[in-house]
Formats: sequence, C-alpha cells, structure tokens
Amino acid sequence: MTRGIEQRVRAINAFLHDIYHRQEIIKAGRIPKEMIARNEAFEPRMIGVSPPGGIYTHIVGIDLVRTGPDDFFVLEDNARTPSGVSYMLENRETMLQMFPELFSQNRVKGVQNYPTDLRRSLSACAPDATGGRPVVAVLTPGIYNSAYYEHAFLADQMGVELVEGHDLRIVDGRVAMRTTRGYTPIDVLYRRVDDAFLDPLNFNPESQLGVPGIMDVYRAGGITIANAPGTGIADDKAIYSYMPEIVEFYTGERPLLRNVPTWRCSEPDQLAYVLDNLEELVVKEVHGSGGYGMLIGPTATKKDIAAFRRKLKARPANYIAQPTLSLSTVPIFARQGLTPRHVDLRPFVLVSPGSINVTAGGLTRVALKKGSLVVNSSQGGGTKDTWVVED
Amino acid sequence: MLGKTANGLFWMYRSLERAENTARLIETGQRIALTRLELGDSEWRSVLESAGSLGHFEAVHDELTKGAAIDWLLRDRDNPSSVLSSIETARQNARLVRTALTHEVWEATNAAYMSARELLARKVVERDLPGVLGAMRQSASLVRGMTHGTMLRNDIYNFARLGTFIERADNTARILDVKYYVLLPSASAVGTSLDNVQWETILRSVSARGGFRMEYGAGAGSREIAHFLILDKRMPRSLAFCLRKIRDNLGYLNNGQMRPGPAQNKALHIERTYLSHDIDAVFDYGLHEYIQTVLGLLAGLSGQIETDFRFYE
Repeated sequence: MTRGIEQRVRAINAFLHDIYHRQEIIKAGRIPKEMIARNEAFEPRMIGVSPPGGIYTHIVGIDLVRTGPDDFFVLEDNARTPSGVSYMLENRETMLQMFPELFSQNRVKGVQNYPTDLRRSLSACAPDATGGRPVVAVLTPGIYNSAYYEHAFLADQMGVELVEGHDLRIVDGRVAMRTTRGYTPIDVLYRRVDDAFLDPLNFNPESQLGVPGIMDVYRAGGITIANAPGTGIADDKAIYSYMPEIVEFYTGERPLLRNVPTWRCSEPDQLAYVLDNLEELVVKEVHGSGGYGMLIGPTATKKDIAAFRRKLKARPANYIAQPTLSLSTVPIFARQGLTPRHVDLRPFVLVSPGSINVTAGGLTRVALKKGSLVVNSSQGGGTKDTWVVED
Repeated sequence: MLGKTANGLFWMYRSLERAENTARLIETGQRIALTRLELGDSEWRSVLESAGSLGHFEAVHDELTKGAAIDWLLRDRDNPSSVLSSIETARQNARLVRTALTHEVWEATNAAYMSARELLARKVVERDLPGVLGAMRQSASLVRGMTHGTMLRNDIYNFARLGTFIERADNTARILDVKYYVLLPSASAVGTSLDNVQWETILRSVSARGGFRMEYGAGAGSREIAHFLILDKRMPRSLAFCLRKIRDNLGYLNNGQMRPGPAQNKALHIERTYLSHDIDAVFDYGLHEYIQTVLGLLAGLSGQIETDFRFYE
C-alpha cells in the first residue's frame, strides 16, 4: 500500500506541475481540455509558477476503503489541506493510557514522530535562498474555525508560531510576522486557510483571513506555501476519475492502487446510465467535501432521488457517480455492546524534494450510525486509533 | 514571539488576577456586611467603587442592593470585570495563545472556566457564596501554580508576569483610592486599633490582615497600613512589590541591552519618584493626589508595554 501511495503522490505532483506549465497530458489527449480550463479549482495565477523545490502537495491524505480481504480502493485524494492528523496523534495517546498492555504485547509502529517529521519535511521545502534553519509558521483562520484545535496542536507540537492573517505583512519583499521584537520573515507557511482567502489582493477581496500581496511574494520565490495554491485541481472528483491515466502518464507504470469505477455525468452516455440506476449508485458533487451534497442511492428516499435527478439534469458536469461499495467494518462499543460500523482510512503523506514519507498509521474514520456509509466527522462520524504492526 | 501572543498572555493573566481580586472584594464586602449591622448597603457602594465598576453598575441598575451588587460582581456578563467575565476572557486569551502555554496551564485554565460556568450559571444564594468564591479562588490559584511549576522562564513567562502585576498594582491602588480618607492622619480619631472596620476592610481586600498584624502588631494604625500597602517590598500586593516585579520582567525582556526601552523607563520612573521615599513623604504629597498620580502612571505604563512589544501593530 505504501508503494501505491508513493506512486500516486508522485503522479499528483507531476500532474500539477504539468497542468500549470506545458499541459502535455492535454496535448497527448489523455484528459479533455475543458476538464482543466473550465474547472473552478484551476488557478490561473499559478500558470508558469514553479514552487520552491518543485513540490505542490507537501501534505497529502489518501482516503482508502476496503471491500474484501485484499480489495483496497482509493476513494479520494486530499491534496488541498487534509485535516485530522491531530486525531491520529490524540487517539494513540488515549489508547496508550487506557490499554497499555496491548502495546506491550504488540509491536505497533509509532506515530508520535509525525510533528517532527512534518517540520523537517516543511523545512526541506524552504526557498533556496533560506539559510540554516528556515522559519516555519502555521496560518490559521482563527479560533472560530472548527479545526482551530488542530492548527494550534500542530504548531505547538512542531514548536513553530501559529499566525493569523493580521499578524503578517509584506516587509522588503518577504512575508513577515509581527513579533515582540519587530517583523521576522517567514520561509515556509503551512496554511490552513483556503486558496480563496489567502490573498485579498489576488483572490477574494473581502477576505480578512489572508495576507495582502502574499501571492506576489510567492511568485517571486520568497516563500513556500504548503500546500501550494491551486492544488485543488488534482483532488476534485471529476479529475479523480482520470487518476489511473494520470498515474500511467507520468510514472510510466501501472497504478498499484485501484480507483473506484466512476461515471462522469458530463458525458451524455454515462449520465444516461447514472439516471437509470440512481437507486444503486452514490452520486457526489465534483467540488463537494465533508460528506455534504451527496446521494447514497440504496438508502435514499424516493423524494431525495427525484431531487437529485433534477439536479443531475440541470448541471450534469457538476456530478460524478460511483457504485455503492460495501465498506469494511470494525467493531465499536455502542450502548448495546460491540457492533460493526463502516470505516475508511486516511494515511498521511509528507512530501519534500527527494522524499515521500507515509506515516505508519492514519486516521480511521467510522460512521457511528448503523449501516451508514458516510464517515465524515462533519456528518457525525467518529475516529479510531490505527495500527501498523511490525512483523 | 508574536506580538499577538504577548498580548494574549498579558491579558490572560490580567484577567485571571482580576477574577481573583473581584472574588476577594466580594468576600470582604460580604464579611463586613455580616459582622457590622449598622453599615447597611453603603459598604457595597465602596466595594463596587474599588472594583472600578460603580459607574457602569449605576447605569444599568436603579437601586444599589446587596444582592444586585454581588450578582453584578460575580456573574453579570454585562460587567466585563465580573468574576465570570474575567475567567471567560482569560480562557479566550488562553485559547489564542494555546501554543505558548504548557498542557498543564491550559488544562487548569479550561477547568477554571468550566467550573465557573457551572457554579455561576444561576444566581448564587447567600449560603453558597463562601463555597463558590472559594472554588473560584482555588481554580485561579491552580492556574498560577501550574504556571510557576511548568512554564519555562522565558519571554512567555515574562509577559504572563507583567499582566499579573500590572493588574495587581492597579487593584491595590484602586482600593487605596476609594478608602484613602480613612488612612489620613486626621481620621485616626475614628478608631485607634485594628478594630477599625474600615482598616479591616482594606486589609482584607488585599488578603493582608494576618501578615499586617504579625509584622506591625496590634497597636499599629493608618500610617502603617499605608506603608504596608504602598511601600513594603515583602508584601506581595503592595505597589512597591508589584513595580519591582514589573521592572524585573521588563529587564529580562530587554535581554541585557544597555539602553532601557520606553516601558522600562516608565517603570523605573514610577519606582524612583514614587516608591523610594518613606510614607511621610507620601502623606506630605497628599495621599489622594499620590494615588491618583500613580494610577495614571500605571495606565500609561500598561499602554507603553502594548506599544513596545507590538501587541496590536
């Protein structure tokens, strides 16, 4: 699985570089031009920009599901700002305290180095001109963001500053943070703010969360932004359906991890099939996340299906469909005792020049409702400690 | 350290200190009200004044009653200095500076907040008041204890201390400002022993009754009380003690540079000009004028700290 993830992450980075430079994959006819040109996640300001070290996706989360003893599928790639790594770390801490005997009986690989690895990996992506120890900071939208805890946790664990937009300013062509002793330039910014809010001068002018002018510094090579702006083009659900082609095109190898078969509703014959089989399929918005705006055919009401039928006909290109997978289960402890619930797994991957590091663990998300296939925490899902056991 | 973080730490510890001081003022007011029958509700007026919120209280209340005063000081969200508001502010700031705090300090702050929210959810009946106030003081003490026991002695700690001592000096000066007239030499006719209820109020308001009696004996009077609260460097709530701590912490932050910064100069000025004479000089200057001047200088010092360390810009 690690090899499959590495291969996929290499392909995603090569794809992003290509899409924002020569667009060979379009010229080769492997992906239709409109998939990129008309895609909301495509960021024109990134055209011709080469991020420091050539890395676009410094932190990736690949969502995996299992449908049989050896049948693993990639459900989704998270190449923007994957969250949940603090749960992975805190779940392990909790398990260590509550079940110490399990850890003395089993050889469980540690995850506790993740913050150190993250800092090292981010530091390795600093702009070339940076001397000795790069200054790293975490950019958060602030304490009202639902993931603020994770932002503070990671900054704390890495031993770097947690900054907000109004702590930052452009000073002498660098992005600098206001400290008690004046402005200190930042080399690597691990941002947990969406692209649209990153720079009011270049993106959403209403944004209070970003730093005016940061994109200009970025384009001049004065700062590393992790993940790079515009990486969303690689994890949108329509592009997902092309991942097998993308992996093959850039690595010259057969993909080691399988994709879930996906119907693109933008193509008339595929849309027709989806409309005929709505009761069997899962339909997702191309740009949706967090388990919002999706239809799970087998459990949906007639009314929901009718509503989705209308939406599909109105904006077919906005949707994809997949077969309803019978996800694997793990036991959870509910009121009535141990009972099975569906799960998926998000391993975390750190990328720096010359190194792809897959964390020996991950975020296992579990749908707490009986029979539910939606594991997202925003939809009431829970999480579980996840072990990689040494032979 | 980020300017924002310094700001958050400074106000987190100011708010914690304020919560504790307000709780102590309520305790004092209640104690006086219970032991002195003739005083009525007038004592609560000076308690509100000492807490610096009489004007605000009168703006939203028609009548000053004991119940209303206690509720205002203890749990009114309209009063930014109530015990509940102060603990909420402290916790909000702690969240902002979460990465600068040890796990223990954060846990203690969060626990203080949760206990305040629970205990102060409803009006506190008189019988429960001592228990509730005790619990508030204890949870604030736990944060302070964790701060001493687990935090590195670096700039994070220095800003925490600055917030604590600016607030404490301000509190002591305000108590003196409200009660200065009972410490004037001409007022000593009112009573000559510690039984003087007003003197007792002052000493209780700064948790110093026992310490004072031990050091100065039962025969001491207003002059000694003024000395104790203003100039005694052993007394942890005296102006001289607080200013020395402020000066020390500003010195650590200055990192051994030869030239002191503006805030450091202001602290030195207050110490040299107002805290290095004997108490007679203070009375000669005029106790009231003296306290007023010091209060103004403290506000200026606090503002200078905010500027020097770029709290806002």
